[in-house]
Amino acid sequence: MYEIRIHSRGGQGGVTAAKLLALAAFRDHKYATAFPFYGAERRGAPVVSFVRIDASPIRVYSQIKKPDLVVVLDNSIMDVVDVLHGLKTGGKVLLNGTLPHDMKGFQTLSVDLTSIALRLNLVVAGSPILNTPVIGALAKMGIVSRESAKLAISEMFSDDRNVKAAEAAYQELKI
Amino acid sequence: MTEIPKEEYLFKCTSACAGCSSSLVLRYVLKAAGPDTVLVMPACCTSVIQGIYPNTAMNVPVYNVAFAAAAACASGMSAAFRAEKKTTNVIVYAGDGGTVDIGIQALSGAFERRTDFLYICYDNEAYGNTGMQRSGATPTGARTTTTPGGKTDTKKDIDRIVEAHDPPYMATACSAYPQDLFKKVTKALSICGPKFIHILAPCPPGWRYPTEQTVEMGKLAVKTGMWVLFEREHGKVTINGPSKAAMIKPHPVEEYLGPQGRFKGISQDSVNALVSLARKNAKRLSLEEEGVC
Amino acid sequence: MLTIATGNKAVAAAVKQVSPEVIAAYPITPQTEIVEQIAEYVTNGELKSQYIPVESEHSAMAACIGASIAGVRTFTATSSHGLLYMHEMVNWAAGGRLPIVMANVNRALGPGWNIWAEHTDSMQERDTGWLQVYVSTVQEAYDTTLMAFRIAEHHDVLLPVMVNLDGFSLSHINQSLETIDIGDFIPPLNLPHAIDVKNPRGYGPLTGPEDYFRFRWDIERSMRDSVKVIESTEKEFSRRFGRSYGFTDNYHCEDADVVVVSMGTLGKEAEVAIDLLRKEGVRAGSMRLRWLRPFPKLDLKGRDVVVIDRDYSFGYGGVLAEAVRSKCGAEPYSVIAGLGGQEVTYDDIAGFVRGRRPGEESWFGVTPDV
Repeated sequence: MYEIRIHSRGGQGGVTAAKLLALAAFRDHKYATAFPFYGAERRGAPVVSFVRIDASPIRVYSQIKKPDLVVVLDNSIMDVVDVLHGLKTGGKVLLNGTLPHDMKGFQTLSVDLTSIALRLNLVVAGSPILNTPVIGALAKMGIVSRESAKLAISEMFSDDRNVKAAEAAYQELKI
Repeated sequence: MTEIPKEEYLFKCTSACAGCSSSLVLRYVLKAAGPDTVLVMPACCTSVIQGIYPNTAMNVPVYNVAFAAAAACASGMSAAFRAEKKTTNVIVYAGDGGTVDIGIQALSGAFERRTDFLYICYDNEAYGNTGMQRSGATPTGARTTTTPGGKTDTKKDIDRIVEAHDPPYMATACSAYPQDLFKKVTKALSICGPKFIHILAPCPPGWRYPTEQTVEMGKLAVKTGMWVLFEREHGKVTINGPSKAAMIKPHPVEEYLGPQGRFKGISQDSVNALVSLARKNAKRLSLEEEGVC
Repeated sequence: MLTIATGNKAVAAAVKQVSPEVIAAYPITPQTEIVEQIAEYVTNGELKSQYIPVESEHSAMAACIGASIAGVRTFTATSSHGLLYMHEMVNWAAGGRLPIVMANVNRALGPGWNIWAEHTDSMQERDTGWLQVYVSTVQEAYDTTLMAFRIAEHHDVLLPVMVNLDGFSLSHINQSLETIDIGDFIPPLNLPHAIDVKNPRGYGPLTGPEDYFRFRWDIERSMRDSVKVIESTEKEFSRRFGRSYGFTDNYHCEDADVVVVSMGTLGKEAEVAIDLLRKEGVRAGSMRLRWLRPFPKLDLKGRDVVVIDRDYSFGYGGVLAEAVRSKCGAEPYSVIAGLGGQEVTYDDIAGFVRGRRPGEESWFGVTPDV
């Protein structure tokens, strides 16, 4: 089982990113579950979402304690939340944009999702859309296939700028 | 210019949405009420704004109560305080859903029995805490998650329903006019019996406008005449300044409806219905104020 | 159609399939997504229902009762305090012999306000005459909601059915879902006692001591008859659509020395605990109870039983533990866990089994060495 924890702020689409990722994994013919930890969700407050991907049915419902991968959609969250908490030895981190943070020796990848979104004018209610480009980045990392990432995004969003954003992130993420 | 006390009763670290009108409103309500106050709160956005155990964001006692029960609970609490010769302010602080829908039975009962308390309804015109479902207070044409095509029914006129109970004091207010709100709360709390203040509380995520426009949105509601600021004290109506101006020269209603995503695609018929309802209510208040009923 | 969906969306999708003529509902976290999705289906014409956005849950059930006795299929959804607020009418629906289906998203009771999973809400409705079923996956939520209508409307039953799903843990989790075309699996509703102005009758009038008890017995008799209807409905569903359910969902119970009894998502998490325990040489099994009413016969003789209650009856004990004790002749180790969304992992459940003390009760997080 591969476990991913996604950190975002309410309104940034972290919960949808989890669903997109699960859908892409599902289209890769894997089993996947995605769920948020719901505190009282308020726009701007830190939010955590979980994704599990496995070759067999997933019967675990409790929160992910030891993720294999941590995704951070808004780096300012790292000032208030210990995003590395529980990350497995050898686990990875994917950041939105670079920020000088002590990543405690974990392999950290980054791609500027925000500028990709802004370039494509993929903005809703003043916030850049980060959940579709991040799926492209995750496809580059091999978490889901590129085709399934595109398929999942098209299933959920009709605006094709979302697929373009994912493609851009796929290209720009340096492994 | 009213002297607004510096003392704060609403702490900064509350978990409200950015641009939340309710936080703004509550801050002024508590400043006017002072420390000898208990808030009785049914389920609403402010239930969350108060924070999560073991913290509380308010420096007055807050009694959380089930959705339908606030005014009834306040009735009992007020009776108890008065029996003990305490002057403690009992203030129900409720959203529109908890007032015009599920809370209306208790509200009516408390007013009919002349409970000595202040009922504040902050109105963001939907069930905000559960993600903006329509309430009885949602206006015609507004999109909510349960009226994705725009509400077809009209906004329940809770002010006229409360008026029918002949309260010694009732008023409308708006988060964009805090001085006016402060004065009204102060006046209400100086009167014995059931008081009602209905406050328009624009909501950025619910009404879908940028968070920094919250105050502007409230001002536009009043300037276009879509929200009328008035008081009724012992039956005598006074329409407040900004609304008087709006009656003479209202801003075009499109200035208010246009920037709000919840009115996107609203039909001209619905706009006309909204405007004509607003004008009708304003006219009625105006005539009542003149003494021509 | 194969997709992914949350528990709430799955319930809404099932409701769309059965197309109730009237839906009355009031929002409450964590049920609101069901109601919102239904409103969207109605607005875009996918579902031809009269959607009544009532002003409270008491009115939601009252409206469903009105619609149901008028002879049409009806549905509502609620949770926690909403369910409690409709309690009087929940009783009325069963007493009125109305085949209403309701989805209840299990959530804890205040004060303090708690929006997370707990079964006390529906447990408090267990005496009402409603059939109650608890689901553990998104697919099961969909399938069971479909079957609920057929079961409720069967002439040997004519009792309302409550489909329970864990708040957030199931209502908000995305899992795979296969939606189906039910075809004629659910026949049209034919309510024998529906209002008919050509044949006017009084409904539920003053009923004296010489007669009233017979109506109460009638409810119980139908509750007992519902066992066969549940069995045949689930069998027919399995034959047509390939998925089987049952009164319990048993995992490695046949040769088990110790069985964990639980409901909802904990019943799936328990299976992972069973795998762990089996690796340690413990012959453990999981029995996830699906139907709480009518309460089934459970095969627990001769083994240790660990019952996990995600609920409590103050001054008495866990409701499931009580049922197991009185109905199955077992002396369970009763564990009270998961209240208010308290995290219970497969490691914790394995710990309950390893540390079991038959006949005793432990509160996870309170009692030392649970």
